[in-house]
Amino acid sequence: MNPWMHYLLWPCIKFAIAITIVLTVVAGMTWIERRLLGLMQARLGPNRVGPQGLFQIIADPIKLLMKEDIMPSAAEKVVYVLGPMIPLLPAFLVFCLIPFGPPPAFAVTRVNVGLLLIVALTSTSVYGIILGGWASNNKYSLMGGLRSAAQMVSYEVPFGLSIVGVLMLCGSFDLVKIIEYQERHVWNLFPQLVAAFIFFVSMNAESNRTPFDLPEAESELVAGYHTEYSGMKFAFYMLSEYASMLVNSCLMTSLFLGGWTLSVGGYGVTTAALRSMGLLGGVIGAAIFFGKVMTLMLVYVWFRATFPRFRFDQLMDLGWKWMIPLALANIFVTGILILAAGTLKIGADTYWYGELALSIVGAAVLAFTLFLITRGRPAATVAARPTEPPKVIHASRVSEA
Amino acid sequence: MDSLTANVPLLLFLIVGTIAVASSILVVAMRNPVHSALFLLVTFLCVAMLFIMRGADFVGAVQVLVYAGGIMVLFLFVVMLINVRSLPHERMTSPFLLGGLAVGAAIFVLFATIVRTGAYHDEVNRPDLLRSTSTHITETVRAADGTVATRHVVRHHIVGNSEAVGSALYQDYLVPFEVASLFLLVAMIGAIVIGKRELSALEEETVPDFILERMETEADVKEVVNA
Repeated sequence: MNPWMHYLLWPCIKFAIAITIVLTVVAGMTWIERRLLGLMQARLGPNRVGPQGLFQIIADPIKLLMKEDIMPSAAEKVVYVLGPMIPLLPAFLVFCLIPFGPPPAFAVTRVNVGLLLIVALTSTSVYGIILGGWASNNKYSLMGGLRSAAQMVSYEVPFGLSIVGVLMLCGSFDLVKIIEYQERHVWNLFPQLVAAFIFFVSMNAESNRTPFDLPEAESELVAGYHTEYSGMKFAFYMLSEYASMLVNSCLMTSLFLGGWTLSVGGYGVTTAALRSMGLLGGVIGAAIFFGKVMTLMLVYVWFRATFPRFRFDQLMDLGWKWMIPLALANIFVTGILILAAGTLKIGADTYWYGELALSIVGAAVLAFTLFLITRGRPAATVAARPTEPPKVIHASRVSEA
Repeated sequence: MDSLTANVPLLLFLIVGTIAVASSILVVAMRNPVHSALFLLVTFLCVAMLFIMRGADFVGAVQVLVYAGGIMVLFLFVVMLINVRSLPHERMTSPFLLGGLAVGAAIFVLFATIVRTGAYHDEVNRPDLLRSTSTHITETVRAADGTVATRHVVRHHIVGNSEAVGSALYQDYLVPFEVASLFLLVAMIGAIVIGKRELSALEEETVPDFILERMETEADVKEVVNA
């Protein structure tokens, strides 16, 4: 192949396709999210522009484009402009690394350390928020940026650790191989239930979504890191939030939900079945993949509508005292079970027992942890304190008085 | 034109390498610490790109993950927390200029000599060595007359980067690796112990209740541990 074609033109085409898909989904998602939130909060949401308010997708960018672009006079000019652009680039790049249909046609780029590269690139998206907050020269922005830095660094750890269990099961960093493993066995969601839970929570934290939106916390920090941003620069921040939602959903689909396949134990819609249908099969695979991704995006919105924002120390507690130990325990248990399966010479046909054991252990651990978290305090410290019996006034007595 | 197109990797290397060197010079030349940190970030990313271009995908990805994603964020966090807007301008020359240049040149010559003729020469020209590992397996062989025998086989084969790094760390150099990680753990705990301090009377009045409560709990735990 012509080297210019190989090194310049082809990557550009791939990148352009990725940007188009990301922007389309993101635009649609803004509307879906607002309507859905309206539905969940017993109100209407945007329904004026076009049928069901669908043209809001176009109206919003036009409004933002035509707004005056204000830059604070004391802002750090170059960094201020750079801030909103930085987080978009890793989101687009990561999207290029995700296989959204059977390879080779739908796996845009295959790198043998694909997953590691994806995690590495997503971890750089925090710079946009930190730098934007700093360059605005505004104390609320700066505090938003600082919070974001602390939050991202903390949740990067459980995010990475939760993937390790999947890697141990599938034995590869290559997303295509991970998906093919899942179609032969079962969705990783089941044997790696704890990991999937941690992954979902920390991916919410990574994309600054509502229970974790302390960097922009409008009730305390005006609008946090984007207080001083207006017009299209502000839109870029919004865009990158939704793009990271999309990318994280794609990642979760590939890691835990079987990617483009719909099969258990090698039966069902497998890669081979899709391949035999040619291009149509590829399109069906991509449709399955994006169906799963969109479901996850809706769960994202649901999550946002359900939970109130954390206090900062609660956020740090959850990250360091619950998520990280839980993720480490998950790695440990997974390792032991894989080793046990290897030693007991459990063959391919009885492999189910290992996965079943992992699923049950995972479900039990998750239930127990959720129980502990919702109790508020670790059990040991509660027991260490002298407890007085609470004064209970029976409801019937209250009504008598 | 043909020689140029055939050398696209070389061209890419020159571009990325130039950016890496230029931005690493700018790290020390900038007077604003945040700008310095940003150029350091560019340097890290360029170095990661060089790793990937040499076929060391794993090291490249880890470089981005650890340095760009973790360490630089913490750098920026600290710089922004202290909020130093600009450092005083200093003279670019110093009485040590000539000596410094001499030492720099000497180190450059040393490295150039090693890379050109030394022990690393083969590796430099064979990126696939980064991807090879050996496995020890027991194979079952069925002979023509139906008897079954097992034999021990050592296989050198080309695998992904991550497998090669993994087998180096966890098989060939397991003990040094574990010792090093133990040292890191000790250093980390030491840093936390040094970083912790008691609150002053004023702080004790001003900190929110939930923090005080937690500190009490921690004191309880300490008592129990000491007793």
